[in-house]
Amino acid sequence: MSSSPVADYTVVHAKSRSFYDRYERKTELQHQTHFCPGCGHGIVHKMIAAAIDELGVQDRTILVGPVGCSVFTYYYFDVGNVQAAHGRAPAVATAVSRSLPGSVVISYQGDGDLCAIGSAEILHAANRGENIAVIFVNNAIYSMTGGQAAPTTLLGQKSTTTPLGRKAATEGYPLHVSELLATLQAPVYIERVGLGDNKQIAQTARAIRRALENQARGLGFSLVEVLSPCPTIWEMSPVEAQHWVRETMEKTFPLGVFRDQTKERLAAPKPEPAPSPALDELPRILGVADADLPEGNAHALDAGQTIDLQVRIAGFGGQGVLLLGEVLAEAGLDAGLEVSWLPSYGPEMRSGTSNCHVRLAREAIDSPLVSAPNVLVAMNEPSLRKFDQSVRRGGWVIFDGEEFPADCRREGVHVLALPFTELANGTGDKRAANMVMLGAVLELAGVLPEASIAAALRRLIRNPRWVELDERAIVLGRQLFQRALA
Amino acid sequence: MKKMTGEIKKDRGMLEIDEAECKGCGLCIEACPPKVIAMGERLNRYGYRTAIYAGAGCTGCGICFMACPEPGAITVLRLSSPGGVAAARTLGGATRCASN
Repeated sequence: MSSSPVADYTVVHAKSRSFYDRYERKTELQHQTHFCPGCGHGIVHKMIAAAIDELGVQDRTILVGPVGCSVFTYYYFDVGNVQAAHGRAPAVATAVSRSLPGSVVISYQGDGDLCAIGSAEILHAANRGENIAVIFVNNAIYSMTGGQAAPTTLLGQKSTTTPLGRKAATEGYPLHVSELLATLQAPVYIERVGLGDNKQIAQTARAIRRALENQARGLGFSLVEVLSPCPTIWEMSPVEAQHWVRETMEKTFPLGVFRDQTKERLAAPKPEPAPSPALDELPRILGVADADLPEGNAHALDAGQTIDLQVRIAGFGGQGVLLLGEVLAEAGLDAGLEVSWLPSYGPEMRSGTSNCHVRLAREAIDSPLVSAPNVLVAMNEPSLRKFDQSVRRGGWVIFDGEEFPADCRREGVHVLALPFTELANGTGDKRAANMVMLGAVLELAGVLPEASIAAALRRLIRNPRWVELDERAIVLGRQLFQRALA
Repeated sequence: MKKMTGEIKKDRGMLEIDEAECKGCGLCIEACPPKVIAMGERLNRYGYRTAIYAGAGCTGCGICFMACPEPGAITVLRLSSPGGVAAARTLGGATRCASN
């Protein structure tokens, strides 16, 4: 701020300290904003900056910028800046506000951003009462993209997508965001203001200041909706556009305070959320006792041996396909290998198809996808037929069935076809078929130490009774494989 | 701005307009209560006609500053007085008062 060139005069209104002196944008244009002449964004920017100055919160303010004409907030505001994906500013602001308590978090959004693509984010942020201030600039149109209809476009208003004017019958009614959010319990303060004349502009400045003040006091969710002119897209002069806000827009979007719980919140502040647990407390909270943490049997592996196990396991949901893969991967992890486990299943909890990709290797794994397995575990015929062609030469197919379908046989691919489900009855529970098949896989792979498998079972299967059953099933599987080779 | 010498009574306020920042939207002209801002004829280097202060009659109310969309195009000054009149009339509670 420069001092007055005239000694008798004092500067009372000048560029806010919360703006950068120069804007690090296009080389030629570092002295002015990118907004069109007469754009309401510039005015709202100035009010936010003035409020930040007045409240003295510049060093703890974080502004979340939107997508739209006002995307470049970070060029102008000398505060913390985050630029969010389209419509997601309230979600980003939530994260910022929660991870940096005590900060003043402002979500700056236009109407296309906030009430079209971002309607879910704003609704739930408001409903959770996040400690953020939302400045919602409503100009009833998509401006940056060239004038398409927005949810806020007025009835009868022409746009590139409503060339004959918006009709309720086909495009619905203008969305009243402030009224909508005011029906929720959590928000502290919601007001709609305008930039239609001097009086309205003064009220807008007050409302923005209040929203930021609430935010600085940690009172919760505040939203100020600003009816703002867009002379370029409205095809009006800046002064005409200003009049249009007051004379036309305001009829659809009445100004006023829709919610004000400031006094109540000041009297009974929001309880502080419980602090997040420390990292070392997590195993206890999640019920993963220290004894269950990986035991690290890596030393049991022969360092010279190349390991590249690519297993595809497929069957019906409920057969234990995913668990089979998990035990394999978990045991590999315990043995110090690189592992990946990628499930793939339909929405059904039972009887849909289900399969998973498991990789175990000594080197880093490039992709968790197993498109050419060297071991296929097929727990039924449809699964076999789906994947048998993908097994690489020299690989194995382990199939749950008395007979291996002749047309699935391929040269260079080994097959072990046994009625695993029936054989699992020998363990006392045919549901252990997946573990019998796992036993066969372990035996043929021959790389994982038994201690790692035992550790994996204990970690993944809580009930000791099932652990014992599964261990027996694995032993049976190993025996079946050895017998088949003999 | 040049100092208005030779006048018996000084204006309460004064305006500075940054020609390179003004985009000539005219909102300040519309907003100014005593109507002492006009549109100049000259174009600035970006091709905009810019607002100009008539040179007299400013009350220092600051309304033009609030109506202007550019952060630093307008600077408003007020006559300093022993009683600190400078802060007497502010706009909307969101304006900044003189620091001295």
